[in-house]
Amino acid sequence: MRKTPILILLGFLILVLLVVNLLLGSVKIPAGDTLAILFGDRSNEIFSNIILKSRLPQALVAIMAGAGLAVSGLQMQTVFRNPLAGPSVLGISNGASLGVAIVVLMSSSLAGVSLSRIGYAGDAAISIAAIIGSLAVMTLIVWVARKVKGNVTLLIIGVMIGYLVTAIVGVLKFFSAEEDIKAFVVWGLGSFARVSGDRMLLFVGMMAVLLPLSFLLVKTLNLMLLGDDYARNLGLNISRSRTLVILNSGVLVAIVTAYCGPIMFIGLAVPHLCRAIFRTSDHRILVPGTILTGAALALLCSLIARMPGFEGALPVNSVTALVGAPVIASVIFRRRKDDVRE
Amino acid sequence: MSGNKETIRLENLVIGYETKTVAEGINASLNSGELTCLIGPNGAGKSTLMRTICAFQKKLGGSIFIEGKELSDYPDKELARKIGVVLTHRPQIQNMSVEELVALGRSPYTGFFGRLTEEDKRIVAEAIDMIGITSLKDRMIQNLSDGERQKVMIAKAIAQQTPLICLDEPTAFLDFPSKIETMQLLKKLCREQGKTIFLSTHDLELTLQIADRIFLMQNGTITSGTPQETAQSGALSSFIEREGIIFDKLQMRVKISR
Repeated sequence: MRKTPILILLGFLILVLLVVNLLLGSVKIPAGDTLAILFGDRSNEIFSNIILKSRLPQALVAIMAGAGLAVSGLQMQTVFRNPLAGPSVLGISNGASLGVAIVVLMSSSLAGVSLSRIGYAGDAAISIAAIIGSLAVMTLIVWVARKVKGNVTLLIIGVMIGYLVTAIVGVLKFFSAEEDIKAFVVWGLGSFARVSGDRMLLFVGMMAVLLPLSFLLVKTLNLMLLGDDYARNLGLNISRSRTLVILNSGVLVAIVTAYCGPIMFIGLAVPHLCRAIFRTSDHRILVPGTILTGAALALLCSLIARMPGFEGALPVNSVTALVGAPVIASVIFRRRKDDVRE
Repeated sequence: MSGNKETIRLENLVIGYETKTVAEGINASLNSGELTCLIGPNGAGKSTLMRTICAFQKKLGGSIFIEGKELSDYPDKELARKIGVVLTHRPQIQNMSVEELVALGRSPYTGFFGRLTEEDKRIVAEAIDMIGITSLKDRMIQNLSDGERQKVMIAKAIAQQTPLICLDEPTAFLDFPSKIETMQLLKKLCREQGKTIFLSTHDLELTLQIADRIFLMQNGTITSGTPQETAQSGALSSFIEREGIIFDKLQMRVKISR
């Protein structure tokens, strides 16, 4: 099948999901009113607040976060030639957790303020801490990547750094007040709804710059599929390429995690889903493919998390796994059967 | 084969790893239009030599000249237009067609996004045709046999349009007919395309029949010559012969004495 129509179809699917995300929610707002609000009608303050300050930001954040995590997962899986690699595997999201843990758990004992109580400034501090934490771990990984040769060695070191960081978080928890731990746990559940207003615009803006950058690495990623020796023989500088891919991938994860918490599963599963849908390893297709599929899946999960009855209380992480796992497992399973039959 | 020009010259080359010298004092050259086979016992350093010539690892001393220019003076991309490699192990690739893989051989010539020009597409189709795998071109790599996959990798090296092709034990995992077929294919490429082909192998008798030149690597250095020269000098005998195994210099065959 031709690949471009599928990409266009995915774009259309995102549009539909975006509309449904705006229309559905615990408060019933007529479609006509929603449209009017989007075009600048502010006559119903409650409705316009719900649409513009809750549903629209949430949908935009979901699109960007889903796209970022998915393409980051694709890059990790290719560079490590490991189907189980994902944004969390190198300890980069653990690094974010550490940053947040330090800020959330230590603030009351060190500075005497409990961040879980101070709202907006606290949120900003959490984002910054998460970015610093994940970038710190990523810098460490990049440094290691330049020292060691094998990808498997690097992967194992990454996983070990992840464990180490988790252990430090565990120790921090042990010494913290109960309400701070609760705030930390809530952050860890993941949510697209936490960001709004200016911070939402900042997040969306940063992602809009970073996502296109991943297109610059498609040729590199295609060559990496062949393995280091073949890739090097075709003129690729392995060490520099590996660093660039980890940097791109790591920064995407760092920023998404900073604003939405550690969102599981999308980064791991979407690349597999895309390979099954497009039946190719060509990153010129897979990069736009994962970006669109990731965005669509995140929108779907965000929608389900807000279904009547859950009232936004359902953590995104539970939904991503509950919705995604069976779908993706079945798609991959069916494709495998086709392969055998050929 | 007169009129063939020298593609690679090794001068006092020392190879090995930081902690260990594998072979030294290597003086030899590879010529265009010739199939040169590297033989020798396991652990003699065949792979190390191969990897050093392909710039996968650094030499410890001496010089490697490729078309008159020192190997280390080549930028990555320029070297990618001089040497094409085929390795023993098959790449673990899913969902990539034969045609797509051969097209990756054009990478040193394509632009930033790897888009193929009409010229690139023509070269890829020619490479596929030359190796005789046109019927496989839409098949996925994971569904090919080892022999077919090795042909695809050779087609990739052809598409790369390099004067020199290095193959590290390309026939190691192939069944016997496929071994012969692959060797014949390589020989044909030397004759018809004027390529310089350098490969390592353990298939001694096959090599003696088909190679233009033999590099025998043992005891930390290399003896080079035509199969006949290498046989007559007694170098092959010292490599092969041990209790119960005799090398017949005239017929160039290995015999087992009971």
